[in-house]
Amino acid sequence: MDVVEKNRAAEKLEAVVIRFAGDSGDGMQLTGTQFSDTSAMFGNDIATFPNYPAEIRAPQGSLYGVSGYQVHIGSVEISTPGDEVDLLVAMNPAGLKTNLHAVKPGHTIIVDTDAFTKKNLEKAQYDSNPLEDGILANYRVIEVEMTSLTKAALKDIEGLDNKSITRTKNMFALGMVYWMYNRSTDHTIKFFQNKFKNRPEIIEANTKVLNTGFYFAETLELIPNAYTVSPAKMNPGTYRIIMGNRATAWGFLAAAEKSGLELFLGSYPITPASDILHELSKHGHFGVKTFQAEDEIAGISSAIGAAFAGDLAITTTSGPGLALKGEALGLATMIELPLVVVNVQRGGPSTGLPTKTEQSDLLQALYGRNGESPVIVIAASTPANCFNYAYEAAKLTLEHMTPVVLLTDGYIANGSAPWKILSVDDMPEIKNNIYESNGDTWHPYDRNEDTLARRWPVPGTPGMEHRVGGLEKDRVTGNVSYVPENHEYMTKVRAEKIKRVQNYIPDLKTEFAETGDLLVVGWGGTYGSLHSAVKYMHEEGYSNVGYAHFNYINPLPKNTEDVLKRYKKIVVCELNNGQFAKVLKINFNDFEFTQFNKIQGLPFGNGELMEKFKQLIK
Amino acid sequence: METTAEKKYTYKDFESDQEVRWCPGCDDYVILRSMQKALPEMGVNKEDVVFISGIGCSSRFPYYMDTFGMHGIHGRAPAIATGVKLAKNDLSVWVITGDGDSMAIGGNHFIHVLRRNIDLNIVLFNNEIYGLTKGQFSPTSLVGQKTKSSPYGNTQPPFSPGELALGAHARFFARIGGNTPKEMTEIFVQSEKFSGTSLIEVLQNCPIFNDGAFSEFTDRKVREDRQLFVKHGEPMIFGKERDKGLVLNGLKLEVVTIGENGVTEEDILVHDAGEADPTLHQMLVRSTYPLVTGIIRKFEDVTFEERENKQREEVKLNSKFKKTKDLFFAGDVYEVT
Repeated sequence: MDVVEKNRAAEKLEAVVIRFAGDSGDGMQLTGTQFSDTSAMFGNDIATFPNYPAEIRAPQGSLYGVSGYQVHIGSVEISTPGDEVDLLVAMNPAGLKTNLHAVKPGHTIIVDTDAFTKKNLEKAQYDSNPLEDGILANYRVIEVEMTSLTKAALKDIEGLDNKSITRTKNMFALGMVYWMYNRSTDHTIKFFQNKFKNRPEIIEANTKVLNTGFYFAETLELIPNAYTVSPAKMNPGTYRIIMGNRATAWGFLAAAEKSGLELFLGSYPITPASDILHELSKHGHFGVKTFQAEDEIAGISSAIGAAFAGDLAITTTSGPGLALKGEALGLATMIELPLVVVNVQRGGPSTGLPTKTEQSDLLQALYGRNGESPVIVIAASTPANCFNYAYEAAKLTLEHMTPVVLLTDGYIANGSAPWKILSVDDMPEIKNNIYESNGDTWHPYDRNEDTLARRWPVPGTPGMEHRVGGLEKDRVTGNVSYVPENHEYMTKVRAEKIKRVQNYIPDLKTEFAETGDLLVVGWGGTYGSLHSAVKYMHEEGYSNVGYAHFNYINPLPKNTEDVLKRYKKIVVCELNNGQFAKVLKINFNDFEFTQFNKIQGLPFGNGELMEKFKQLIK
Repeated sequence: METTAEKKYTYKDFESDQEVRWCPGCDDYVILRSMQKALPEMGVNKEDVVFISGIGCSSRFPYYMDTFGMHGIHGRAPAIATGVKLAKNDLSVWVITGDGDSMAIGGNHFIHVLRRNIDLNIVLFNNEIYGLTKGQFSPTSLVGQKTKSSPYGNTQPPFSPGELALGAHARFFARIGGNTPKEMTEIFVQSEKFSGTSLIEVLQNCPIFNDGAFSEFTDRKVREDRQLFVKHGEPMIFGKERDKGLVLNGLKLEVVTIGENGVTEEDILVHDAGEADPTLHQMLVRSTYPLVTGIIRKFEDVTFEERENKQREEVKLNSKFKKTKDLFFAGDVYEVT
């Protein structure tokens, strides 16, 4: 493994606790040892905690027959095997039952679903199947038919009995975990070659299954929960652990209920956005309509159709999908309908790094369409506030009758954090522009004087028949117009409409220092790392460093310039090559913006941020 | 869709205030008027009618109808219309498209909308040419056809829209000449009454870039001899003298003459548009002598939205979540004091 690869993984994993649990015959100790050895050779500090029954072969499937192996690996000094588990691999129901308590809420559990038979559930004293009855609702459960996949992988290997085949399924699990944590399979394959020197078929079988598991995780694009926020002082209230993508989905559920509209999602599966589709698909009981379309374009187009017919319409995607949706998003801008596009950003360009995080779709969101085609762009900054910004996106699109792009990213979308639960009663009102004339003369492009939003007459309403379309519209009637002055007027109205959103969004806030030598600027999903880095700076006595985090990108908050003015230097930190810095430069060209960029598919580390900040204020 | 309009309309109620801008002599005028005449016959309220189009000459259609309408983007009308219909099931939703719009850039949406069987009506203006971009070959242009982008003759074999549609499990397929407004009007009415996706291919003459493309079938002089207009439950007889008919010879259709070689009317195939197996419908679609028009396939099936609604109702009935609050506070929550 090369040095770059080594650094990458070591930096990402400050500390992770993984536990393998299964029947004592499932080879959990071997699996755990292999993982910890590989990690140690990889340069991690490790601490392990093997926990197995006294019996060599305890009754199969029983609770006391569970064998577990916990490994705590880290890039920092590790002194304990860890208290709470980030990833549990449960090979059977008993393994799940005896270890579930240790798993951090919101974190990941991999299960072999083939082992969840009626008999095994009884042996583990489960009254109902935990995979179905909802007790795992607060975890990220990855269900894998591990035994069947192992058998399928080995169907062509001769000289193996059924038992030997089934016994290799632990290597399937190990392969998956190796992929998730960027580990090489080399060490383990060498181990097979030494241990089973005279049994080539066993070497072949184990290697094959290990690789199959590795590739299976790659195909599923499994991402470990890498997001951790150290518990700060928390306000009293009722909390739950929530993942960013679920929070996004729930924000839209809340907005639909508040606005009295039905929620429509048109979407096409794409990593790392698909979980929003999965989550909303579960909520037909709230009248949610999810439509898995034939492609990204149909996803957004169906949402435009639903918006035309009066639904709160959204579409969800990631970078390449946003590129495909560009033309349709232009249509929504032209016909001035409410529509939210959620882009869960990942590394690009092209297919890029589907499972890694990046903030490189900002300029695409702002400008990635033909013609003058402005849209509102906002960004969530933590897993929990994905709820708030999804709600806000819905509110803005409905009240301003123009599309909104909501940016999140793989890091916060798959990350989980405590969420002080908000109910619809806590949320601001949402007015919509649905319009029914009571006999008055009206035109489709009549506008609200303050917001410039047009009305929203929907099919099924007598007397409201009208046509919209992608051709330029007459400023009042909405009929096709090629009049030169009208086009210029309408172009400016569409821009002004976005600008006026400034009057309806909060001011930019600063943290830690109102004025000072350095302003740290961030946007979107980097809040956790930037906030903690500036906090540590203050703890070290650097009281002259302030922090401003943007959630509103287009339009920018009204007081942005006032904030920028109060500091001697400004550093814009982003997980891209400087896209938000460009936006700031265009808007505030009297200021000098220093950039701090990281483009490795990884979040910022506190160390690198603090080093940069210190260097800037020297 | 089966509804009863509370109001009585004439075709004038469906004319918008916009000046129609197609070229003089274009069959699009015939289609527009046939639609305006069909709508009062359908039993739908005007405010429940939505026309969604893509891009191309045909796609200007919604501007000329005094209903709800959206002139969308190239090829995507079926997807937009799907969203409209899923949002409000009780609307009468029409897709207006052309051979470039639906067979080329929108091919993917075209097959998937048919596969799902959502209750939409799709009118495909097939003129075997790109009109709005001024005369390039389209996916239905014939091999050898000389166009602006194929000056030595088209080298790409064409799609037959009907064949493609049946392959994509279309439940309703009709074909009609662009110069037969009466039959066209009736087909529009029938397609609206059909529950599921209806596809109507109109053989639409483009007098500017592909004049006479269908004249060998549609000219008044030859029409009766070259076209078989099928009707469900009736024998497949055609010809000026009503003496020609179709029989099945092995795996092929064969034209026979009634009264010759002992053939009687009894021997002629009777059209069954409702047959589940599309094999014979596919043969009718492929036939060039006679060219088959009318409603070739009309197979009643469960619609996409029926399946969706049934599922949603069941979920609603069995769910413990009535409001989002019930969901948000359910499961593993904890108190911080």
